[in-house]
Amino acid sequence: MKRLFPYPLLSLALTLLWLLLANSLSLGNLLMGGLLGWAIPRVCRGLWFTDVRPRHPLLLAKLLLRVTGDMLWANVQVAALVLGPVRRLNPVFVEVPVDIRQEMGLTLLMSIITLTPGTVSAELSEDGRRVLVHTLDEDDPDALIESIKTRYEKPLMEIFPCSPS
Amino acid sequence: MNPWLEGLICLLLLVGSLFTLIGSIGLLRLPDFFMRLHGPTKATTLGVGSTVIGSMLYFTTQHEGLSLHEFLIPLFLFITAPVSAQMLCKSAMQQRLGFIERTRGKPWKP
Repeated sequence: MKRLFPYPLLSLALTLLWLLLANSLSLGNLLMGGLLGWAIPRVCRGLWFTDVRPRHPLLLAKLLLRVTGDMLWANVQVAALVLGPVRRLNPVFVEVPVDIRQEMGLTLLMSIITLTPGTVSAELSEDGRRVLVHTLDEDDPDALIESIKTRYEKPLMEIFPCSPS
Repeated sequence: MNPWLEGLICLLLLVGSLFTLIGSIGLLRLPDFFMRLHGPTKATTLGVGSTVIGSMLYFTTQHEGLSLHEFLIPLFLFITAPVSAQMLCKSAMQQRLGFIERTRGKPWKP
């Protein structure tokens, strides 16, 4: 089993993706999805840089829910800012120090920053220890750093712990 | 078709178009490049989201069988939108694009 599916989660995700794309659960599509889920990870094996295994599925689900909620709220907030008096906005470039080292976690953190309230992650420093964030309207940059670190970075660090290597 | 359901689908489509419109208004109204980046990356996610849910509801109830492949649209959008926003931001900093004076903090030197 282990040799047949070196990355079981990836295989499952690919099969699911195929079934969604085909929008049907017929036997043919199940077989096709299974074949793709088996073949693609095998072909891409040499390209894979790190083996990503998320821990704490419950925490991951909780984080996903939180991000979804924040995203909905972000939409309403940004809509209000855009329609309100634009001249009164206080944009800031904030440097956020990041402690998360795991690549997948860092990628997710930067994506989450872009998708949530009034912030876009602009750049990652070369050593990967600081993220430049542009905010649309923020009076207190320190509070923003704090909220990014506690709301998103902390759970992400638990879900994707540093690999021992 | 059930009138309540029909109303719900209409509402979802209207909310979807409203937020997409607001995103575009943001593109028009905000004063500098970095601020304009916020409109399309956020105000549109809810727009696409509710349009997609409306479509799922409609096709699931109108035709037999669950229609879920719309779900792939937001999935790919959420994977790609942050990457393209970051690319745009990086190239803007590379070009040393100006930003309004009120902005605190500085972009990094390329």
